[in-house]
Amino acid sequence: MDWNQLWQILSAPDNVPIIAMIPLLAFYIYLGGKQALANDKLITELEANPALAKTHHRKTWPFRPGWQKEVHVWPFLLRVEFLAAIIVTIILMVWSITLNAPLEEPANPNLTMNPAKAPWYFLGLQEMLVYFDPWIAGVVMPTLIIIGLMVIPYIDTNPLGSGYYTWKQRRFAISTFLFGFVILWVSMIFIGTFIRGPGWQWFWPGQTWDHNRLIYEVNRDLPDIFGISSNLWKGIFGAAVVGAYFLIGGLIVNGLFRRSNPKDYKRMSLLQYSIMMTFFLIMVALPIKILIRHLFHIKYVWITPWFNI
Amino acid sequence: MPEENKGNGNNGKPGGLLTRVTTGVKEDLEALKTDLPAKAKEQVEILSKPTKTQLYTSIFRHKHDDTPRNRALGVLSNVFLHLHPAKVNRDAVRYSYTWGMGGITFYLFFVLTLTGVLLMFYYHPSKVQAFRDVLYLEHDVPYGKLLRNMHRWAAHLMVIAVELHMFRVFLTGSYKKPREFNWTVGVILLVLTLLLSFTGYLLPDDQLGFWAVTVGTNMARATPLLGHEGPFGPQLGMTPYNDVRFGLLGGSIVDANALLRSYIWHCIGIPIIASVFMIVHFWRVRKDGGISGPAPVVLDSEVKEAKK
Repeated sequence: MDWNQLWQILSAPDNVPIIAMIPLLAFYIYLGGKQALANDKLITELEANPALAKTHHRKTWPFRPGWQKEVHVWPFLLRVEFLAAIIVTIILMVWSITLNAPLEEPANPNLTMNPAKAPWYFLGLQEMLVYFDPWIAGVVMPTLIIIGLMVIPYIDTNPLGSGYYTWKQRRFAISTFLFGFVILWVSMIFIGTFIRGPGWQWFWPGQTWDHNRLIYEVNRDLPDIFGISSNLWKGIFGAAVVGAYFLIGGLIVNGLFRRSNPKDYKRMSLLQYSIMMTFFLIMVALPIKILIRHLFHIKYVWITPWFNI
Repeated sequence: MPEENKGNGNNGKPGGLLTRVTTGVKEDLEALKTDLPAKAKEQVEILSKPTKTQLYTSIFRHKHDDTPRNRALGVLSNVFLHLHPAKVNRDAVRYSYTWGMGGITFYLFFVLTLTGVLLMFYYHPSKVQAFRDVLYLEHDVPYGKLLRNMHRWAAHLMVIAVELHMFRVFLTGSYKKPREFNWTVGVILLVLTLLLSFTGYLLPDDQLGFWAVTVGTNMARATPLLGHEGPFGPQLGMTPYNDVRFGLLGGSIVDANALLRSYIWHCIGIPIIASVFMIVHFWRVRKDGGISGPAPVVLDSEVKEAKK
């Protein structure tokens, strides 16, 4: 256990935000989850008792007859905002006094940094470079993430859960988002920051970074395993495999989705449904590619003269 | 004709210019004796109620006694506060619902603008000076180190705050009708926040920024169709000297032009674009009905299916 190495990584000033983000994220998942469970309990109670549902207060916050439903922004909201501004300022001040922004040697194109890491919020994408070519990891994937986020409101036809925390009423939406945000975004950033060392190799926390370590990893392409050697057939075979993934995956997801969310399935138009399917399958393809790399040492699935996937 | 009166000016009364001046002054002094204390007293009375002065009432257009009307006016008649409604749902001020991350993001943008402008006074975006300017800032400028630290950490904090804000909006389903469009504006703001942070990374011109931006922009080589190493790029005539990466860097390597470009994007271009989107974002929050909740829970049985 190389404590010095571990401390150097953990205490690198630019890594501190990521260390801060983990407890923050955990706290806010707890805070949201707690309210979601409380609301779910109320929903279950009201669903079981239609008479009660007609009269009962529809929030888990206390409310008594005679209380004002609305409060003045001045001072009730503005004081919260003011307080938040003061607290953030104090945190920033303390942080800025105790921790210096990093400044390395002057830029030198002849001296490559190893590992050369992108800013921490892009490390998830850089980590994806292990599994995908740059045109996917660096260009297509960010574009799809942005577009995928933008289309969320237009493909989520579930009218429930608007304006309150709930798990029960939005299981599919919330678990998909949690998967994308926590597993695919935050944990990849975490790996990129704390695990990846020289040569972008995997170093467990506390393992000494060895700049001379070589890994004799033999990665094969999927067509090679099946003994396909001609370029034409590699291309056709890859297209068939990718097509089959979308076809079979789509059928499986479709089967699960229409059974678990029959109302959403009914509400969605063909366009909404196909957009959701496409983005969902592409998102799920990431961990699948990671898995087949680690389990079967497969580099590419689809090989063409112009691009490889 | 009373010729003798012409030009004399004292209407036949005795006395010359001197007499008239002295009597005048005496009169003035007499008047001052009574007027000055009276005016002074009046002035003290006015100043003892500063909120009644013309200066004050011209700035603050309404009274401040603690009445509901004045509480509302305090928000509505103030340009900085008028994005708020006069009243909000009593539960909407609860921190556990909103997490305050949108407001914190905006506050951090404000802090970054302030510290950023101060940093600009000490920084030249040129290969000769950039790194030295940062050293100068860290070692010689009073509070320069604190300034740079604050700018850096506020930027990191802003990225975290934006992501948590998006997370909260998702968990509360606040992107649902009628707020769909504002969610997409928010996604654009997320991207702009990341780009702001990324363009600032190169500016110290040190190894960290240089290699991070090299790694980042090398991706652009692989852009499909538009990059010289991307799918179908070479077939469309892309070379290192005309592809999208060349456009971003102003050259085929990260050098002086890239430094200047990222400086201009960082300090002028993206802040202006982001400000425009922020205006739309805040405006739409109000127009779409204010903060989304905490709304009363809706039961599955109460959903009215839209007619197809």
